[in-house]
Amino acid sequence: SVNPDLASERQTASFNVEELTAWLDGGAEHTRIRRAVVEAIQSDPVFSRENQYFQSQNERYEAAVRKAVHLQKKMREMGWTENGPEFKYIYRALSGDVAFLLQRVFMRSILVLGSDKQIARWIPLASQYRVIGSYAQTELGHGTYLQGLETTAVFDTTTQEFILNTPTVSAMKWWPGDMGRSATHTVVFAQLFIHGKCYGVHPFIVQIRSLQDHSLCPGITAGDIGPKMNFEHSDNGYLMLQKVHVPRENMLSKFCEVQPDGTYVRWGSQKINYFPMTTVRISIISDEVIMPLMKACTIAIRYSAVRRQSKLKPGEQEAKILDYQTQQEKLLPQLAAAYAFHFINNYLQELLDRGYGEIERKNFDTLPELHAFSSGFKAMVSQYCTSAVEICLRACGGHGYSLLSGLPSLYTRILASCIYEGENTILLLQTARFLIKCFMAASAGQPVPPSVTYLAAVKPGKCPAKNKLDFLSPAIYTEAYQHTAVRLISSTAAKLQDLIQSGVKKYDAWNQCTVQLVQAAKAHCHYIAVKNFAETVEKLEATAGIQKIMKHLCDLFALHGIFSNAGVFLHDGYISGTQMDMATGSYLDLLAVIRPDAVPLVDAFDFTDKSLNSALGSYDGQVYQRLYEWAQKSPTNKQISPAYEKYLKPLLHNTLSKL
Amino acid sequence: AAAAMMNADLRRERGAASFQPELLTHILDGGAERTRRRKEIEALVLNDPDFQHEDLNFLSRSQRYEQAIRKSALMVMKLREYGIADPEEIYWFKSFVHRGRPEPLDLHLGMFLPTLLTQATPEQQDRFFMPAWNLEIIGTYAQTEMGHGTHLRGLETTATYDPATQEFILNSPTVTSIKWWPGGLGKTSNHAIVLAQLYTQGQCKGLHAFIVPIRQLGTHEPLPGITVGDIGPKFGYDEMDNGYLKMDNFRIPRENMLMKYAQVEPDGTYVKPLSDKLTYGTMVFIRSLIVGDSARSLSRACTIAIRYSAVRHQSELKPGEPEPQILDYQTQQYKLFPLLATAYAFHFVGAYIKDTYRRISGDINEGDLSELPELHALTAGLKAFTSWTANAGIEECRMACGGHGYSRCSGIPDIYVTFTPSCTYEGENTVMMLQTARFLVKSYTQVSSGQQVTGMVSYLNDLPRQRIQAQHVAARSVTVRINDPLSLVEAYKARAARLVEAAAKNLQAELNHRKSKEDAWNRTSVDLVRASEAHCHYVIVKLFAAKLSEISNAAVHAVLTELCLLYALYGISKNTGDFLQAGILTDAQITQVNQRVKELLAVIRPNAVALVDSFDFHDVHLGSVLGRYDGNVYENMFEWAKKSPLNKKEVHESFHKHLKPMQAKL
Repeated sequence: SVNPDLASERQTASFNVEELTAWLDGGAEHTRIRRAVVEAIQSDPVFSRENQYFQSQNERYEAAVRKAVHLQKKMREMGWTENGPEFKYIYRALSGDVAFLLQRVFMRSILVLGSDKQIARWIPLASQYRVIGSYAQTELGHGTYLQGLETTAVFDTTTQEFILNTPTVSAMKWWPGDMGRSATHTVVFAQLFIHGKCYGVHPFIVQIRSLQDHSLCPGITAGDIGPKMNFEHSDNGYLMLQKVHVPRENMLSKFCEVQPDGTYVRWGSQKINYFPMTTVRISIISDEVIMPLMKACTIAIRYSAVRRQSKLKPGEQEAKILDYQTQQEKLLPQLAAAYAFHFINNYLQELLDRGYGEIERKNFDTLPELHAFSSGFKAMVSQYCTSAVEICLRACGGHGYSLLSGLPSLYTRILASCIYEGENTILLLQTARFLIKCFMAASAGQPVPPSVTYLAAVKPGKCPAKNKLDFLSPAIYTEAYQHTAVRLISSTAAKLQDLIQSGVKKYDAWNQCTVQLVQAAKAHCHYIAVKNFAETVEKLEATAGIQKIMKHLCDLFALHGIFSNAGVFLHDGYISGTQMDMATGSYLDLLAVIRPDAVPLVDAFDFTDKSLNSALGSYDGQVYQRLYEWAQKSPTNKQISPAYEKYLKPLLHNTLSKL
Repeated sequence: AAAAMMNADLRRERGAASFQPELLTHILDGGAERTRRRKEIEALVLNDPDFQHEDLNFLSRSQRYEQAIRKSALMVMKLREYGIADPEEIYWFKSFVHRGRPEPLDLHLGMFLPTLLTQATPEQQDRFFMPAWNLEIIGTYAQTEMGHGTHLRGLETTATYDPATQEFILNSPTVTSIKWWPGGLGKTSNHAIVLAQLYTQGQCKGLHAFIVPIRQLGTHEPLPGITVGDIGPKFGYDEMDNGYLKMDNFRIPRENMLMKYAQVEPDGTYVKPLSDKLTYGTMVFIRSLIVGDSARSLSRACTIAIRYSAVRHQSELKPGEPEPQILDYQTQQYKLFPLLATAYAFHFVGAYIKDTYRRISGDINEGDLSELPELHALTAGLKAFTSWTANAGIEECRMACGGHGYSRCSGIPDIYVTFTPSCTYEGENTVMMLQTARFLVKSYTQVSSGQQVTGMVSYLNDLPRQRIQAQHVAARSVTVRINDPLSLVEAYKARAARLVEAAAKNLQAELNHRKSKEDAWNRTSVDLVRASEAHCHYVIVKLFAAKLSEISNAAVHAVLTELCLLYALYGISKNTGDFLQAGILTDAQITQVNQRVKELLAVIRPNAVALVDSFDFHDVHLGSVLGRYDGNVYENMFEWAKKSPLNKKEVHESFHKHLKPMQAKL
């Protein structure tokens, strides 16, 4: 039965939850398919995550391999294919705890970077799991800066082979997933040398384990890099190469080739190399960043409706903690952000699809914009959502700290997204470089991509809001965000120019402005996120109830940003002190407005209890009962610890009192 | 020879420092003699083969618990053997043995024994204290329940007096009333001090403490009527057996209620205690420890991140030149140096509270409680402020180490998971901030009604005078000098005054609209928390600036002044809205502040490594491959990884169980 405190929350919903779910999924048909996939996966005991919180690294790894193997069977049984509508929901249903995720990266890199011959040879083997692939780019000493990689591949014309080497400890490949224990092959990125000349970083397919007994190949040292904050199921690995010979045909050669005599030939555009990174960055935003935040909000908000603590009014029952303004101010802005970023993800997908169409037509003009947007939003959204999940975790007090709440695992997982696929600060600086360039172009009257034309329309002006309610107008707050973004970008551009004109070297000037540049890039992304949310609400074709609550969330997202960054809006007086008090007033009022819909708004994300895997966040709200039952399953309660016989007993039996 | 083994970058960094790190270490320790003694105790532990063990990262939770209990037992024996009795020295010893982690006897030593000393009658002390001292009795302190943490009056466990047998009957009437979280309860303890609602002669007399035996002496099995166990895996605290306890009609003799203050007589008559203000003292003490812990945890994370950033090279700053140390990037400095300054600020605040507590605890013993309410309000807020800031700062340090920070070998994940619960325990932080706010609003109301207030809130006295000259408020801004710490203290003071006043006025406006005081308070609580934060921030800047006048060595004085300025200016740049809106600083000044922050980063850069060396964490205590004193990071990461449990066999058993059959079938 459902806890009455949670049941009552659902009775007061101002909108139809099922309708919102369907809209979030992109239509009722998608909802139906998603639910069918989730049901098929979660009813299968092999995919169970029931004891996950009690498992060791070794057990987690084994389970992930077992699931990955079983998934192949399941897909055949269910008739699911990689191109079918079900595919994108499988990962969500598994909650990511599965091995061989690098197989797709391995295959994609061959498809994008390999010749037709290489594709014909490797893709069938990989899709049948006759080889298990990984992707070895990052080294112990080098991550984001690819040109700095130290692994070498020297071409030997006599044997027609590349000889791969790890010349220093810091050159060891470090972090690649599935490489520590599982992979038989990997794509190694190494500096290519021909006749003593370096041609830069190139990809090579290298076999690392025997296809017979899985032992390491000659010259290969590989293993697991040890425990991490999360991803215990994944065997992130290290790889050391000592005079490893690979045939000439193993260098991926869609764009360049080493001919038998050692001649190096390059063709096609280099720019396309950006494209795979761009797609990966956009693809992780949904599964690895927004989804965990939606789960964290679901857990924290349901729990806050069940947990009662202290009294709001004397003589009454203890209040739900969700009724405290401070708790609302912690959680509801994160909920609004989850919605905002869901819509930004749609926006990025559209941008990507359009860009992909252009590329198909051999037009690479949209690549810089796509690259800048995917970098900026990957950084902004992952950073925002990581702090948001942590806020949810801490808002659950002591019980949030238990692994059984599900929140620590969500947090330790999402926070890795701030680093992988490009460290966030570096990504924001890339976005900033694009923005500065566009700003300069726009100022000089040159054309710029449509998403940044706003940079040309610099209007000095002041915020026209006259009362609290004016701040619930999307036109007013979107304009404020735009003004701030333009101000930060233009002032940083001016600063850069000043420095350069005063004789500072260009790279030094850039480094001296990087703190401001990061701030400017974030302001740009924040502006686009607010604008996109407002436009989504405006275009929304749904019942009045949904339109209304989405409008509230959009207002909350925008005003939360103004409240938390008051200084940048007050600076230059665009928003006055009095107006800031109005904005704050509207912001705090909204919390009480959205409060009654908080639980329905997380219900609409439609996570099953098995997906959440949380004693605090289940649909029925039987928090305490579940916490007690799950704790009893802990190995610390089932197994007899040797600690008593070995240490406690002598301690208790008085060996000490002799002292 | 040791110097030759040191990473060249770190050696160069250390050679370039403008001051002697030892001198700063002495200041942090409270004198050269304290540093000497600390290192002596450190050596006792670290050179003792009994305290060695495998890297905890590779052990299961059960194994970690086992190691912890082994070391705890040894620790108690050795402390007595060495005759170490000073609380601070015991703290050092314990923290070296357990490397800054919690341990299963924490609650026995830190709560059970002290509670016996303060709340047991002489007869009870005879019965329990010596057996507990000799560890025949191991106890814990069971207060928190599954459904109740901060709000103590809501606890549901009952202790009903039965005059017929002269016993208390203890019960956990609901699931939510199960005791949950007490450390050492799950597996270790055989006794617990249980807090329960006392019922006698049909009336509830509120919360009281009872000594409850929970496990059989000899077999360690739970006693009939007791259900006890471990609450399962947590984010951190792997070596601690946090436990649950459920009692079903469990009877204990009347003499097991702690009766130094309140009493139940054999016939069931209840005798009230005299005063309950005394418990303030303990809370102030424990919260002051958390402030110190915030400083230490943040210092450890800064040590790791800054040393690693001096060793790690990446990308290029200047075309054609070798890859620079990542510490040379402005964005990296901007992440780390404000945190370094914060760690120093919190050290001085922690020391201040400890000294103040020590000073007034003499008065408390003599019954003079006049200074206690302010100190209580201040420590509640500072506990919340410093633990929130340190919590976020540790994560920032980890993030600044990129991918390698995410590995357990960096040590920062452990620092974080061990530290983060301090935002919740000993008073949930938001609740703490609201307690401070209550004191601030009360002080503001006193000032409004013409009374003067004293202590850290005395700045509120100036408010009525300022209001008369409201138009001139903006004119004050020109008087802020951004290179003068004392002038910045004034700016923070003005911000605190403004936010306290705004919160108090908003509260009044809500009160005018609504009937219920509580409702009005709740609707103002976001403002109230902001006011408390501003107040705490002011206190910290003030204490840091005041500390500078005590530093005699010119080189150390110079570097601490830079840190103090950075702390204060960075705080302004992160909260520009407050300073602009109140007219304390102008747009132009804010731009100057932002610029000055960046200049200070460059000024502090050459001393960054020396400034973390001054924290003087031993490598064993730091527990980090990235933060090693010698900077030989990569070689040691490889050595560390080889010990991973997944690497025990070259071919993992999953290959034979799952991979091979799959490949055969396809």
